[in-house]
Amino acid sequence: MRMVFALLLALFATPLAAQTALPPAPWADRQIPNAAQERKAKALMETIRCLTCQSQSIADSNASMAGDMRSQIRERIMAGEQPEAIRAWLVSRYGDWVSYEPTAAPILWPLWAAPLFLLALGLLLMRGQIKRRKGR
Amino acid sequence: MRKRLIWLPFVLFLAFVGLFASGLFQPDDRIIHSRLVGQPLPAFTLPAGASDRAALASAQLASGKPRLLNIFASWCVPCAAEAPQLMALKQAGVEIDAIAIRDARPDVDAFLKRYGNPYARIGLDARSGVQIALGSSGVPETFVIDGKGRIAYQHIGDIRADDVPMILDLLRHAR
Repeated sequence: MRMVFALLLALFATPLAAQTALPPAPWADRQIPNAAQERKAKALMETIRCLTCQSQSIADSNASMAGDMRSQIRERIMAGEQPEAIRAWLVSRYGDWVSYEPTAAPILWPLWAAPLFLLALGLLLMRGQIKRRKGR
Repeated sequence: MRKRLIWLPFVLFLAFVGLFASGLFQPDDRIIHSRLVGQPLPAFTLPAGASDRAALASAQLASGKPRLLNIFASWCVPCAAEAPQLMALKQAGVEIDAIAIRDARPDVDAFLKRYGNPYARIGLDARSGVQIALGSSGVPETFVIDGKGRIAYQHIGDIRADDVPMILDLLRHAR
């Protein structure tokens, strides 16, 4: 019983001093009134990686830095900046790492070629099978 | 040919086991370095972060003399741990400016009172805007800025006692 209680308590514990006491930035958790702009901002935020919690997008993360990035992205979209320009600006700071959107950089060519290669391999195997069946 | 091909899945299996084992034993490097190292500081102007220190603007960092730009916060525990090292650097004649991230002036004042104040100027970056523009991904971080205002080096994490000679050396070379 005591164990259960301790575990329940642990559920409500907050990480000590990991985050700031300041309230979140104004546009961190507030949508842009203009729905089209909010859609653009949201799509971008879902493909920008959080720096402090590295397996989440900033749209999914509760880290204060992710909130600041969301707020900055919304403010820049409201100021008329294009999402891809903001992405390029972030990539120039943090490298390709910060973006979840695959690029056409040479290092990713094998990735793009993989489906074609596998399809060709499949066709080749299929041809072999058909030939063998006909021969029988 | 056929006989040998039958071993292919087994060889592939061994290759994957090797791959995963190496991943298990290799320490994971999750540090994201700023792409701005070697480039000029982005332009910024920040309000004062502490009541007894001047505000900070990027233009002031191109002073002809190499200096340190420390990214810290009063709520950050490793920042308190690196305070003695920053003090030692200051005593060695290094000029250190700072940016306080997501902070409030009374909190910064209390932090500096408790851990000492090695900073010449302190800017307040309440919404991490300058931190993101710098390509910095956390606190504490320390940038070595050369005399022309370019970023010569980015130190991620707290400065330990054995990092101090290395940083002094970098400052000597960052003309």
